[in-house]
Amino acid sequence: EANAVIIPQCSHIPPGRRGCLMETTVSPNKEELVIRPLHSGDIYTSFQFRTLWETDFTRENKVSHYRLFPKSLGQVISKFSVRELHISFTQGYWRTMQWGQPYLPSPPGAELWVWFQDSLTDVDGTWKELTNVLSGIFCASLNFIDSTNTVQPSASFKPLGIGNVTDHQIVCTENLTPWKKLLPCGSKAGLAVLLKSEKLFHSSFHSQAVHIRPVCKDDQCKTTSWELRQTLNVVFDLHNSGQGKNEWSLFKMFSRTLTEACPVASSSKIYIDITDNSQGEQFELSPATPLLSQAVVLGDRRTFSVYDLTQQITFGTICNVLKLPVTYSAHAGDMLRPLLHAERYVAGYGLQTGEIHTLMYNNHPYRSFPVLLLDSVPWYLRLYIHTLTVTSKGKDNKPSYIHYQPSKDRVRPHLLEMLVQLPPNSVTEVTLQFERALLKWTEYTPDPNHGFYVGSSVISSLVPSIVAMDTNNSRERPLFSSFFPSKEESSYFVRVYTEPLLVNLPTPDFSMPYNVICLTCTVVAVGYGSLYNLLTRSFQIEEPSPGLAKRIANIIRKMRGVPPL
Amino acid sequence: MAAPLTLLLLVAVTVRAALFRSSLSELISERVEVVSPLTAWKRVIEGLALLDLGVSPYSGDVFHETPLTIYLFHFLVDYAEVTFMVSVKKNVFRKQKFALEADRYPLDCLELIRSPKEMYYIPLKVAMFYLLNPFTILSCVAKSTCGLNNAIIALFILSTIKGNVLLSAIFLSLATYQSIYPLTLCAPALLYLMQRQYIPVNFRRASFWWFIVQYAFMYLGSLFVIICLSFFLLGSWDYLPSVYGFILSVPDLTPNIGLFWYFFAEMFEHFRLFFLCVFQINVFFYTIPLSIKLKEHPVFLIFMQLAVISIFKSYPTVGDISLYMAFLPVWSHLHRFLRNIFLVSCVLLACSALFPVLWHLWIYAGSANSNFYYAITLLFNVAQILLVSDYFYAFLRREHHLTYGLYLKRKDGSEATLVLK
Repeated sequence: EANAVIIPQCSHIPPGRRGCLMETTVSPNKEELVIRPLHSGDIYTSFQFRTLWETDFTRENKVSHYRLFPKSLGQVISKFSVRELHISFTQGYWRTMQWGQPYLPSPPGAELWVWFQDSLTDVDGTWKELTNVLSGIFCASLNFIDSTNTVQPSASFKPLGIGNVTDHQIVCTENLTPWKKLLPCGSKAGLAVLLKSEKLFHSSFHSQAVHIRPVCKDDQCKTTSWELRQTLNVVFDLHNSGQGKNEWSLFKMFSRTLTEACPVASSSKIYIDITDNSQGEQFELSPATPLLSQAVVLGDRRTFSVYDLTQQITFGTICNVLKLPVTYSAHAGDMLRPLLHAERYVAGYGLQTGEIHTLMYNNHPYRSFPVLLLDSVPWYLRLYIHTLTVTSKGKDNKPSYIHYQPSKDRVRPHLLEMLVQLPPNSVTEVTLQFERALLKWTEYTPDPNHGFYVGSSVISSLVPSIVAMDTNNSRERPLFSSFFPSKEESSYFVRVYTEPLLVNLPTPDFSMPYNVICLTCTVVAVGYGSLYNLLTRSFQIEEPSPGLAKRIANIIRKMRGVPPL
Repeated sequence: MAAPLTLLLLVAVTVRAALFRSSLSELISERVEVVSPLTAWKRVIEGLALLDLGVSPYSGDVFHETPLTIYLFHFLVDYAEVTFMVSVKKNVFRKQKFALEADRYPLDCLELIRSPKEMYYIPLKVAMFYLLNPFTILSCVAKSTCGLNNAIIALFILSTIKGNVLLSAIFLSLATYQSIYPLTLCAPALLYLMQRQYIPVNFRRASFWWFIVQYAFMYLGSLFVIICLSFFLLGSWDYLPSVYGFILSVPDLTPNIGLFWYFFAEMFEHFRLFFLCVFQINVFFYTIPLSIKLKEHPVFLIFMQLAVISIFKSYPTVGDISLYMAFLPVWSHLHRFLRNIFLVSCVLLACSALFPVLWHLWIYAGSANSNFYYAITLLFNVAQILLVSDYFYAFLRREHHLTYGLYLKRKDGSEATLVLK
C-alpha cells in the first residue's frame, strides 16, 4: 500500500476537455533527511516525515480508517474541526546571520497555530479543549495557553487562524518520545532510528514540529487529502561535541547508523548539500554516490548528493550500514547573506517604562520588498501606539497597513500587525514605548526576578529571489523544498522570528500580604476612628477625677445606697 | 483686590509656562504621584491615537477618560497647555467668589468673629493657596485632567453658593460623570441651597421633600443627558465599564499616593471583592453622619467631603489634594484651636520630599523595594487624615465656644479644659 499508484481518471473529464487527467504519483509516506554543513562549522540536519491521508470530513460519517496517519491526531482533527494545525517545540534561537535561513522557521519555545473550519462556532471553547488535548499528546505544558496569550492575527498567518507563542518551554526528551510515536515506523526503522535524545538535545538548536494541513491532489483542487508533516531540525556544533577534528559522520552525530529503510515508506532519502563542494575541494563524502539532485530552495539553487535508502546498494557491502563519514579539507568560503534578517531588543532603564526596538535588515542590493510584522506583546507591558515610530535610513517610513488591537488587562495580549516597505540595502527600526504594570502578587511566576518573556515577533515576506523558483507544485519534489509552495517564480516566502525578550517587572514584596492588609486597614481605621469620635461625642467640661481611695470609697457608698463623697 | 489678584495670576502663569517649556515637563508628566491611569495626559493622547487608527479607545485598557473629554481634547489637543491654565484660572475665580459668601453671624464672642477686613483678604489667600501650591503646579504642568475635574467641582461650588439650583445640579452631574465620587457632594449642596431658600431641614416638612425631588430631578436629568450624549458620540456603551468599572473595581495596580494599590496587589484573591466593597463604601459612608452633624454648616461639609474623597478615592493624585487644601485659608480663624498642625505640616512636607526619592530607589536604583514607597504612602495618608480631623475638631470646638462662651469655668471657678466625651 505504500507504493505509487497511477490511476487514469478518464471519468473526470470536464466537457470540452480532451485526454485523461492523470493523477500524479501519490506517495502516502515519505521521509527524508537533509544535511547541510554550515559556514560556521556547524551541521544543520533536518528530518521530514510526511504522511498523506485520504479522507473526507465533509461527509458526516465517522472516520475510522487511519492507515498510516496517527489515530490521536486524526481524532483531534475530526473532533475539533481543525483545518490546519502547526505546532512546534524549539530550544535555542536560530542565528540567521551565521546559519542562513532554515527550511522551516520556528520561534524559541512552543508555538501553536490552528485554523478552524468555517463551520465552527465556539472558537474559544474549542481552542481551550484543543490545547489541553495537544498538551496530553505531546507531554508539553500547553495548558498554560489561554486567552491571555492567544492572538488572532488578521493578515500575517493566512488564512485566518488563532495562534499562540509561548516561550520558556524547555524542550526535552519527554516531548521527543510522543513525537516519535506519531511516526509510521516509530523509531524502529528508517530515518527515525537516528533520533536518539542524548545526542539530539546536545546541540545548539533543536526544533521539532508537527504540521497538519489539507493539500490538493490536483491542480483544480477538487479533492484534498490531509498531509501530516513531522519535522525535526537540529544544528550540531561539532567543535563542541566533536573531537576537534573537522569530520563528521552519522555515527558521530547521532550515535546510530542506518541499517534499513522504513518498510512502509515509499521514499526514504538522505540529501547532503554539496553546493559548496562542487569540485570536492572542501570535504570528501564517502561512500560516494552517483545520484545527484538539484533543487531551488530559499531562493538559491543547491546541489545535493542523494542516498536512497530503499535501494539496497546504498548500504555498505560489508556491514550493511550507512556511515557517511565526511572529512573537511579546506576552509569554508563566504556564505550567501540572507536577504531578510531581524533583531529585537528592549531599551530603557528602570522598572517603569521601556522601549521595544525591532530592527529589520534588507540585504538585497537593489530591490525593496514589503514585510508583514506581527507582534504579540503580553498585557502587562502596556504599549502606547502613539509612540510607534518606523524609520529607515534615518527617515520616517510610514507603514501602509496597521492593524492594532489593544490589550485588555488579564484577558488578551496586544496585537500589532504592520505592513512595512523595506528599502534596499537598509535597516528599518521600529520602536514602541511601553509601561510596565504592577501585577497582583499571585500573578507572578515563582521566580519573579527572572523576568517575563515576550514572544518572538514574526516577520513574513515574499523575498525576491535570484534564482527562478519552481512553481510547478504537482511534480514530485523533495519535502524540504515543497513546504512553502511558491506561487510565482520571482519570489519565495520567508518567515523570520526575532529573539524573545526578557523583561523585568516591578515586584511587590511577596512576604507581606498579611502585614499590608493590617497596616492599610489601620490607616483606614485611624480615619474612621477620628471622624467617629468627632461625630458622636460632644464637648464637655472636664471634671478632675478623684483619687483612687475616694473612688473606691464612692463605689462602696453606692453599694450601701449612701450618697457619694 | 483686583490688582493683587492679577499679580498673583501673572506669577502663577509665568511659573507654569516656564515649567512647560523646560525639560522638567516630561519628567513631571511621568511621575506616578502626579498622574494616575485615570488622569494621565499620555493616555489621553493614546486614546486619540486609537481613535485615529479606527479602534475604539475603550477596547483596550489604557484609556479611561469619559467620551466628552475625548472630544474636548480632540479639538484642543494643540492648545492643551492653554486649556489647563485657563481651567486653573477659572478655578481660582470661583473660589474667590465663594469665600466672600462664607460669612458667619456669631452670637456673643467677639473674639471669634471674623472681622470684615480679615474676610476681605480670604479670597486672595485662597487663590494664592491654590495657584502657588506646588501640587497644583505639578498637576498643571503634567497636563493631568485632574485640573479639569477640579475646575468643574469649583464651578459647582460657585453655582451652589450663588444659589443657582439648576446650574449647581448640572455641574454636579458633570463632576459625577467625570469620576463617580463627587456624588457625595449632593448632600452639602442640598443643605446649602435649602438654607438659602429658608427651607427647614425637617423630614416631616413637605417643602423639604419637594426641594429634594426637584434637585434630584434636575441632577438625574442632566446626568442622563450627558450619558446619552456620550453614547451617541462614540456609538457604544463601551465607555461605561472602561470608565466607571475601572474606578470601582481597581484593576490597575499602578502605584500612586493612595492606599488602594499595594493593598490590592497583596490581597488574597478570596477576599478581594469583599475589601474592594469595603474600601469603596468607605468613601461614600461618611456622607450621612457628616451631614447630620454639620447640617448647619454646609460649606464646611463640602470641605470635609472633598477631603474624604481625595484621601480615600481609588486613584488619588496630588491634584486632588490641592483642591481641598485650597480651602484651608477660609478656616484661618480656626488656627487657635488646631492641635497638630505643626506635626501634620512637617509630615506632609517630609513625605512629599521622600516620594520621589523612594520611587527612584525602588524602580531605578533597585536598592529599595516596594515597601519603602508603600510606607511613605501610609504616612502621607495618616498625615492627611490628621489634618482633616484636626480642622474638624477645631471647627466643632469653635462652634461650642460660640454657643457657650470662650472662657469657660469649672464648677469651682478654675479654668476648664474641654474634652470630647
